[in-house]
Amino acid sequence: MGEWLSQPVNWVYLVVGVLTLVSAFRVVTSQNVVHAALFLVAALGGVAVNFILLSAEFVALVVVLVYIGAVIVLFLFGIMITRAPTGLDVALDNDKKLPAALISLVVFAVLSYATVTTFGNAELVEIGTATDTASLARAFIGRFVVPFEVVGFILLAALVGGIAIARRDLTPLEEESRRSV
Amino acid sequence: MSLIADIMANFWLGLIIKLLIVALLVPVIGMIIGFAEMKLSAKMQNRVGPYYAGGRWGWAQLIADGLKFFQKEDVIPADADRQVFKLAPALVLAATVALVVVIPFGPDMAFRNLELGLFYALAISSLSTIGVLVAGWSSANKYSLIGSLRAAGQLIAYELPLVLSVVGVVILAGTMNLDGIVQAQIASGIPYVVPQFVGFVVFFIAALAELSRIPFDMPVAESELVMGYMTEYTGFRFLFFYLAEFVNMFTMSAIAATLFLGGYHFPGLSGDLATVLGPVVLIAKSFLLVFMMLWFRWTFPRFREDQLQSMAWKVLVPVALANIAVTAILKVVI
Repeated sequence: MGEWLSQPVNWVYLVVGVLTLVSAFRVVTSQNVVHAALFLVAALGGVAVNFILLSAEFVALVVVLVYIGAVIVLFLFGIMITRAPTGLDVALDNDKKLPAALISLVVFAVLSYATVTTFGNAELVEIGTATDTASLARAFIGRFVVPFEVVGFILLAALVGGIAIARRDLTPLEEESRRSV
Repeated sequence: MSLIADIMANFWLGLIIKLLIVALLVPVIGMIIGFAEMKLSAKMQNRVGPYYAGGRWGWAQLIADGLKFFQKEDVIPADADRQVFKLAPALVLAATVALVVVIPFGPDMAFRNLELGLFYALAISSLSTIGVLVAGWSSANKYSLIGSLRAAGQLIAYELPLVLSVVGVVILAGTMNLDGIVQAQIASGIPYVVPQFVGFVVFFIAALAELSRIPFDMPVAESELVMGYMTEYTGFRFLFFYLAEFVNMFTMSAIAATLFLGGYHFPGLSGDLATVLGPVVLIAKSFLLVFMMLWFRWTFPRFREDQLQSMAWKVLVPVALANIAVTAILKVVI
């Protein structure tokens, strides 16, 4: 234990882990949508730090760029355009807490079981050296090219579908008025 | 040199020293650029600008301004979300400071030489968007909210061309390490502004928009939104936004200088001299780009909101994509 604590990396892991868990918990218990979104930022930031500690620099930065930089910003954008009172919002609380907690526990158990049975006591070869991004890229467009393309295709389809649903064609009258502007 | 290496070998001591240097560097750069903005704006408008503070040229004006902000009352609106209101400026400044960390000031002379330095810079710069958004929201002021929504829409729109415009550089250099990109430019003999001129122009326009500088300052358009998301901020919290803006101008320029202008390398310099003069060269190049930003401010009129959006989506993104395609093809063919 003493040896474990003498490593600065483990201290970082400990502090960040606790902060991540606390913020993740506050995301669901917070009574204000914007606060919940900000706690989600903190939780995702903690996840990114954990990826760095696992030498997966690229994945960590993708979490920051995509989740914090784009997804959360869109969350906040959407919340603020529609309805986001400052102060507490009682409507955010509901009586489905218990089923939600149960499902979360089951998901946690399944994921933990899968992780432990797959990796067991396997140790990371080199802690502290970042994974080579070039080899990551080679894996994506080499061995895993088919799943990679499938995911890309699904995302494109989702994007087109989203636009098709949100799009509202103008009536002739509206089109006329738009042209005159 | 071995003494420095010994000190830096200690994780905690090295960390504290690096933090102290960054903590000193950020306000100093902010003050220099703030002062340059005052003096150059005055010059371009045929005024004198700051004159009395400090005795000559008004050099102490920014120090006086900074101290003034600290002694002002810290006003928080009654309806504001107090915690978030206090958090937002710190978030914006933190994202700015985190950017300084990866800039290579010389050969192997960054605070942290990350393998994915460029990617890190782009990821971290997207963090300040959240600070801006919640700053406007927590102020409980309609002008602030409109300002922050505009700012966020603009930052989202221009982040895309910003990221896409550097892909050409990454293809040419074959690395995302900022130091490695400079080394690749030294090896190839020409700065990437020549083969990647389109990328440079797109990057610079997108960077101007990311910084909300004129002609892209719709978020703080003072004639319609008071001061946008900064309206309710006073004292040192306002100073945080102010400082972040100036330091962001420097970091964006430093990254542009590293990617396109050869970074810390100056033709003809090599060996120990290049190492010592590296920071000077990089800072000089960055200040050249900062000067251009100040110059643009008094040259171009402000964009309208819809013009600003269509500029990003209909012009910059397609141009950046075409640039990537051409660069990739030429890289393979030549």
